[in-house]
Amino acid sequence: MLTLEDWTAIALTLKLASLTTFILLLIATPLAWHLAQTQGWWKAPLNALVALPLVLPPTVLGFYLLVVLGPKGWVGQSMQALGLETLPFSFTGLLVASVLYSLPFVVQPIQAAFSSLDRRLLEAALTLRAHPLDAFFTVALPLSKQGFLTAIVLGFAHTVGEFGVVLMIGGNISGETRVVSVQLYNHVEAMNYQAAHSLAALLVLFAFSVLLGLYYLNRGK
Amino acid sequence: MKKRLLSLVLLNSVYSSVLSADEVYVAVASNFFAPLAVLAQAFKAETGHELKVSTGSTGKLYAQIEHGAPFQVFLSADSKTPQQLVAAKLAVAESQFTYALGKLVLWSSEPNKLAEPVEVLKKNEFQHLALANPTTAPYGKAALEVLDSLGLSQSLASKQVQGENISQTYDFVATGNAELGFVALSQVQKEGELTQGSVWLIPEDLYTPIQQDAVLLVRGQAQPAALSFLKFLASKPAQTMISAYGYGLPKAD
Repeated sequence: MLTLEDWTAIALTLKLASLTTFILLLIATPLAWHLAQTQGWWKAPLNALVALPLVLPPTVLGFYLLVVLGPKGWVGQSMQALGLETLPFSFTGLLVASVLYSLPFVVQPIQAAFSSLDRRLLEAALTLRAHPLDAFFTVALPLSKQGFLTAIVLGFAHTVGEFGVVLMIGGNISGETRVVSVQLYNHVEAMNYQAAHSLAALLVLFAFSVLLGLYYLNRGK
Repeated sequence: MKKRLLSLVLLNSVYSSVLSADEVYVAVASNFFAPLAVLAQAFKAETGHELKVSTGSTGKLYAQIEHGAPFQVFLSADSKTPQQLVAAKLAVAESQFTYALGKLVLWSSEPNKLAEPVEVLKKNEFQHLALANPTTAPYGKAALEVLDSLGLSQSLASKQVQGENISQTYDFVATGNAELGFVALSQVQKEGELTQGSVWLIPEDLYTPIQQDAVLLVRGQAQPAALSFLKFLASKPAQTMISAYGYGLPKAD
């Protein structure tokens, strides 16, 4: 049913989604903490910035990445000056794109969890002379577990569902940038509908299970 | 063939004279998008009819037509796909004719890059070579044939990046993300002049000729304006315009 190429695409997608989620947790946790705590004037603009990928068409991101990361763009030129390869058509490029694209899906659940923390618990820990970092890791993090789980599931699933950006900067390279959604598109384009059906059904099953799990996880909340 | 087309047109001209300006839904292979925009203006000036143009790779447009897309005329980048549409009873056999002969080029957005093109390909000192997806785009298929003819398909396999159609392939090269790419001559030249970078006009014995056929789709049969557009496309002024964009012209039959 599934060809070797399909499996390659599936493996690549899982790798991309896992790495994206991992990097996003590292970025999103301090960012969400800051957004939950700050009352500064920059809170609203920063919130808006984080939420941008939710509303922008993926083509906007794809276009900017193609132009800015390419050898004629400023990021691309800086990278070449440092002796690095430019990002479009590479797995690293997809990773950068996915991190930007899935950012709000990871930041927002964590931020919500942080915002609803009972501040008195944190203050108690601090009064007992816990180091702020210590208080964060032993009090804030465990209490926000639900938010983190939701963030991980959504970040991962949303990266699996990525398509437009990859189509614009990927270049359709097997094992490097040809993720499941693009492989499915290739099957459809080549009118290979039987192969397309297998992959599409698999993705529906995956997305449904993920969402089902998520709703069970948040049951009664 | 052309005579039959003409008589069809004459039959329909009775209708078109009483009808006012109509819209013709045209599906066009990406490589011919720019010339078609100019042709559409000329057609409108002449007849008052307006073209509603949709673009994509030939293979993708075929799939769309097969699934009921409302196109009335199809301008393909090959002759095989219109034949398939005729065989599937989605297009009118007598209406099919060659409107242009496509020319494949190797293109770089940098000047002086392609003084010795075959050497550049053989030396393999670039990161990316762009081509259109060969399963759906005839120009991509031709690009693979060129690499095969030069014996380079193995050594350059890892450098290939695929555009969804020839327009995206052009974008990859124009933005510099791919140093080199196989595109249509019509995309990189305007009024006989190269617009940007450097180009290698690939010898035509390295690939199967890209015979681009137009066909009237079944959904266009009841639309006289669709037939008059096909007639216009085969006319001398239109053919002159097409050749100015870097296409070869079919020999008169």
